[in-house]
Parts: sequence; C-alpha cells; structure tokens
Amino acid sequence: MGTQDIIDRCERIYRDLDFGYVHEWKARTGGKAVGFMPVYVPRELIHAAGILPVGIMGGGDDVEIIRGDAYFQSYICHIPRSTVELGLAGKLDVLDGMLFPAICDVIRNLSGMWQMMFAHKYVRYLDFPQTFNDAGREFYRAEMAELLVDLEALSGIQATPERLNASIALYNANRRALAELYDLRSAEPQRVPTSELYLLLRAGNVLEVSEHTAMLQQYLAAARLSQRPLRDNVRVVATGLFCEQPPLSMVRAMENSGCYIVDDDWVLGARYQLHDTATGANPLGAIVDAYMSDTVATATRYVEGDDKGAFLVEQVRSRNAEGVIFAAASFCDPALLDRPMGQKALADAGIPYTAFTYSENTGQVQVIKEQAGTFADSIKLWGAVA
Amino acid sequence: MNAEVQKEESMVLQKKMIGEHFETLSKSAENGRKVVYTFVPGNLNELILAFDLLPVHPEVNALQSGMRKLSGDYIQEAEKQGHSEDVCTYVKCDIGMLKKGNIGPTGEKLPPPDLLLLSYTGCFTFMKWFELLKQEYGCPVVMLQVPYQAEGKITASQREFVARQLRDVVVPALEEVSGKKLDEDRLKELLASSARAEDDLVYVWESAKHKPSPIDAYFGGVYYIGPIFTAFRGLPSCEAYYRELRREVDFRIAHGMGPTTPEGELRQQKYRIVVEGPPNWTSFRDFWKIFHDEGVVMVASTYTKVGGLYEQGFRHDPARPFETLAEYCLGCYTNRNLPARVDIIAKYVEEYEADGILFNSIKSCNSFSAGQLMMLRELEKRTGKAGAFIESDLVDPRYFSAANIKNRLESYFQMLEAKRQAA
Repeated sequence: MGTQDIIDRCERIYRDLDFGYVHEWKARTGGKAVGFMPVYVPRELIHAAGILPVGIMGGGDDVEIIRGDAYFQSYICHIPRSTVELGLAGKLDVLDGMLFPAICDVIRNLSGMWQMMFAHKYVRYLDFPQTFNDAGREFYRAEMAELLVDLEALSGIQATPERLNASIALYNANRRALAELYDLRSAEPQRVPTSELYLLLRAGNVLEVSEHTAMLQQYLAAARLSQRPLRDNVRVVATGLFCEQPPLSMVRAMENSGCYIVDDDWVLGARYQLHDTATGANPLGAIVDAYMSDTVATATRYVEGDDKGAFLVEQVRSRNAEGVIFAAASFCDPALLDRPMGQKALADAGIPYTAFTYSENTGQVQVIKEQAGTFADSIKLWGAVA
Repeated sequence: MNAEVQKEESMVLQKKMIGEHFETLSKSAENGRKVVYTFVPGNLNELILAFDLLPVHPEVNALQSGMRKLSGDYIQEAEKQGHSEDVCTYVKCDIGMLKKGNIGPTGEKLPPPDLLLLSYTGCFTFMKWFELLKQEYGCPVVMLQVPYQAEGKITASQREFVARQLRDVVVPALEEVSGKKLDEDRLKELLASSARAEDDLVYVWESAKHKPSPIDAYFGGVYYIGPIFTAFRGLPSCEAYYRELRREVDFRIAHGMGPTTPEGELRQQKYRIVVEGPPNWTSFRDFWKIFHDEGVVMVASTYTKVGGLYEQGFRHDPARPFETLAEYCLGCYTNRNLPARVDIIAKYVEEYEADGILFNSIKSCNSFSAGQLMMLRELEKRTGKAGAFIESDLVDPRYFSAANIKNRLESYFQMLEAKRQAA
C-alpha cells in the first residue's frame, strides 16, 4: 500500500464525524468505547479494560454549529462549542463514556455540562497532579486506581496486571512508531509531508492501537521509498496547538508557506511520554511514574524549576530548527498565557519566532499562510526576526 | 453621578483596614517584614499570619486598580509586552502595574514577594500567573495543588492530598522564608478567631431573607467579603469588622431599612435577584446604579463565595488545623462542579425568595463563565424563574458596554414585571 492510500483512509477517518470506525469496532468486538478530550489520558488503562479509547478533538471545520453556540458566551475557544454540537446531534452516542482531563477551566467546566446533559452516560473529570512530589504521586495513583475500577465496571472486564502489561506494550510500540515518524520527518522532511503526519496522528485518535501502529509502520516503509524533491524551506517548530486542533487546510497552508514543520505539539497525548512505560509487577505504578517524570513540557503542566521554556529551546536545537511558530487557538488560556514565557526563552537563546491565533474552523487560511511565509522569508534573508 | 456617595460605617471601616494594610506593605522592607503573594480563593491567611508574614493578593490589587480607573493603562502596557488580548485581565493588570513601577492602588509602592504561594484553587490561570511572576521577580514559588470537586463532594483522598502538601511542602517553605518554626498554638488561635468572624458573616448573608433585605449581597457584598477573604481573617480587627457589620444589619432590620447604595438607601425593593459571576470593577458604580434605579436588590450571589461557602456550614476548626485548611481550600465556590453550582443557586432562589437570576459572564474568567448558559437553562427549568445573561469583564474597561447592558437589563426587568402581572 502506498502512502496515498494510507493517507486517503486517514482523511476519511478524520472527516467522519459519525465515528463509523467506532461503530464498526463495537459491532465486531462487542466492546465499549470511551471518549477523551485533549491533552492526555493514560489510554493503556482504558485499553486494558477492553474499551476502545476515542480521542474527541472537537468538530474541526466540517461541523456547522447550530446548538453549540447557545451554550457558551462570546469569549471562549471553539472546541467546547463543536464538542457540545456533536454531543447534542447524537454523533457521540456511540461512546459509552467521556473523560475530561484537567487542562484548563473550559474543559473542566465542560465535564460538568456533560454530567448534566448526558446524565445517563459515564462522565469523569481526570485530575492530574501539578505537584510532582510524593504527595502528588500518591494522589495520582489513587485517581488512576479509581478510574480503573470505573472502567472495569463499565466493560465488565478486569484489567489484570497481565492485561495492563499487554496494553502498555502495545502503546509503547505505538509511541516508538510515532517517534520514528517524527524522526524521519525531521531528517528528511520531503518524505513526510506534515499534512500527512497530521492525518496519521488524527487517525490514531480513533483506531485501535495495534491497527494504528501497523498503519504507521506501513506508512514509514512507503515513505522511505517515496521520491519527493527537497524544497528550500525553513525548518520550524509549531507550538501551542495541543488542545483545539487546527483544520487540515491550515496545516497545509503552513506547510505550503515555505516552512518545513519539523516538530509540533498537536495530538500531543499520543506523544506525551518521552520513553517506554515499564512493564512488570506493578504496571499501574509504571503508568503513574511515566506521567510524573517522563513527559514533554507543555502549557497545561506546571514547571517547578527555573527552566521554563527550556523544553521548547531544546526541541528547536535537537530538530535543527531555525524558528518557532506560536499558533494558539483563540481564547486558549494555557497556550496564550504560556506564550510570553516561551518567547522569552527563545529570545534569550537567539531563536526567531512568530505568533498567530486560529480556531478549529478557521476558513481564512491565506492570512496564516502569508504570515508563515513572511516569517520563513525573513529567516532566509536575515537569519532572525525576533 | 455627582451626588456624594453614601457609605455604611462598615464600608468606611473596611476601607481604612485595607489602606492600613497597603501602608504596612509599603514599609515592609524597613520593618523587616517578609511578603507572600497568594490568591484569594482558598487562601491560607491564618497560616501566613502564624509566621508573621504579610500577604498580598494580586486579584485585589487588580480590582482596586479597576475601581480607581487605572487598570486600562496597565492592561495595555502588558499587551504591549506581548500578552494576548484574549487572556485574563487580572493577570495583565498585575503585570502592567509591575512594569509601571508596582505602585499599588493606594499610591504606595508594593514590595516584591519573598515567596509566591501558589494556592492553585478553582482557577487554571493562577498557575500561569505565578509562573509569569516567578520570571519577573525571580523569587521562590511553593505550589499547593487543590483538586477539583468534580463529583460535587470532597473525598478523603483529596483532603489528605492537600493536608499532606500543607505539612510537607507549604509549612517548610513558610518556615524558610520567615526564619521561624510553626507555632501550632498560634495557628489554632487564628483559626478560632476566623470561625467567630465567619459566624457573623453568615448572619449577614442570611439577613437578606428579610423583606426588605437589609443588605445588597452582591454590590454591597463585595465590601463585606473584603476583610475575611484577604489579609485580615484570623485577626481581632476582622472579628471587630464583622461585629460592626452585624450591628448595622440588625439596626436596618429593626427599622425596616434597605441597604445603603451609592445613590442612597434602597428601601423600595421591587425585585429580588440572585447573581452568578463576578462584577465589573471599572464601571462598578454605574453597574450598581442600573439596578438601584429599577429597585432591584441582590439577595444572594456566588461571587461573594469564592473564598468560602460558610452558610453551608464550613467553619475553620482549630482542633484540626491542617485538615480544616484543606477543606477550606477545597470548598471555595469555583472549585465546585457545575451541577453543584446549580444546586447552590437553586437553593438561593428558593430560600431568598428571589424573582430572578442574573448571570454576569466575565470575558476574563472561564472558571466562572464557561458553562454558565447551561447553568442558566437548568436553573430556569428547576426554579421556574427567569434568568438574564449579560457579558462584561473584570478590569478591562473596553469590555463594559453600558448601553448594551442597560438595554438588556431593562428588557429583563420588563419581562419580570409582565410575569408578575400575569401571575
């Protein structure tokens, strides 16, 4: 199978707001499905309880907001509107529950709305530690243990240590395949267009993990054989896109503006951990440890020390990037409040950057293309614009 | 608007207390006092005072700047420095004030923090706010994470998590900055004093069940919470303030009087309203006047519970100092889930015999605002009372549209009148 066939399938999954794959998977396996909002949930736990984890990242630019607007004030990001729209339209009926991770007050309050709107469904807000000491670890372990009990009750399947270890191994393999994909894009960006990488990631929100890993491996094999010319593009890191996802048209516009995006933070939950999670006698403890001390730095996660922005600077250096694009969803508190600190770290390191806002249904991508293109041109001409 | 503003004795007393606190802060360096910046919701005032430290609340500075018409310039200064127009204006007001010399609302320079006590309760922005301030001041930060009451109740695990952080992390940080060991007996004295002031505050809130109501629980209420939610809870001056406030309220009840507003006493009370959401501070008096002119009294509000829902029974308990502080942090209004917030408001509507419910949706504050329209629908369904929804901001004057708000509220009051006539 060539890259185009794989990407065509990914785009069909991305556009399918009826979640046909989830319907089909449930019919085939008799299993349950649970949705989760960005940024991160430990999908291994859901999987080990025999449940299909489904990433719900809003409606993008394909859903018309009819009822969702009536639930929110003027000044708020777009993802809760489209998620409510999907829920009220019955598109999420296929899900047997929804998880709302602690990332900001909007997603937090959306969990309460869901409790009221869909009282018959399983709804859980996942509180994550922001304090990375023993107290935080113990609290998180208790949260995860409670979640596991809930999931087992929902599916009727006990997540034994054996099942947890098996699920951890599957997600480790998936993370390794994604890391390989990102490394290939960085090394030979012409072989992995960012729009294709983005669709591959989005497909992983829905597909069962083994199937997604196999898809990634097929794509990697095909991409290595592809013959695409290397353009004289500027290498950039895109950051700030960890929750409300950009529309595909915007990703393509950024890519066609003269930028090779060599790292990014969209669909970040799939790459939240930096290394494998250990398997062994205490799999739940290993999942907790992975969250506590082996993750990316992102705006929704508290930075205790003095190295605010250091992860971003390191990301630029390790990917041999020439600049950073801060792309934040409008009214995204975490991304926009974090941005000045990231920009300061870049300025101190002499790394150029530019910034803009978008929404998941941004239709006017030409402006974004022009801004990214001007940024790329300025780096080519002068080396730095910050 | 030129008429002389009328104020209650307690308001004058409160203003004096706050003025003196800012004066103390301005002299902290010469008097060798250390300063802790922390947030209002779930604040640990008793613990801070037990170490003889001076608290500064950045939200209070921001709202005071808003009321004094200083916030607009501060916000624009922060935006010039790269802060987004889309984010919390309290944060930008604070950053802008710092960039312009950190002159506090009373005109005296604020001391820099010796410690940032990040009480992370009920608001995501707090975390980013102190990350930003850490870069500005380069001082240590201690984080107290307070889990969200997602299921509408405090769990044993949550209580233990917070209490353990207090013992293992927060107290050692306060000991280090103050150079003192914790005197637990002193802490218990402060907590006992808090509980006495809290008793009086509950009496004041519940006085609004009278008709006419002797208080305005929103516009007047923000004055009433000043001492107890900030630097004074635990001190004799705080107890004295609430005794005085209670005395005033008793006097008004005995004489059938309404609350004092800037336009005079509100005796003729046509509508009784419950309010959800913070007020706008930049046009506070104009905002209040809209309601005064229509004979509207606010009989209960949720904003005045951001520092604690005492009427539900919580009191600081000196017998269990760390557990009680944990429960206080966990219990503040914005740390409750939306169904619990709906329950609280529905109860207010019933107990205070309200005619309607007003939502002031604040651009800056997703902790309050996200989901409010859903709450409004639910409340209308449950109580049968009509709700109104307006939008403004905390301290950004660009987002207070007086004409739009007035028009919308006048229509709302006409609707309330029509409903009353039809009943």
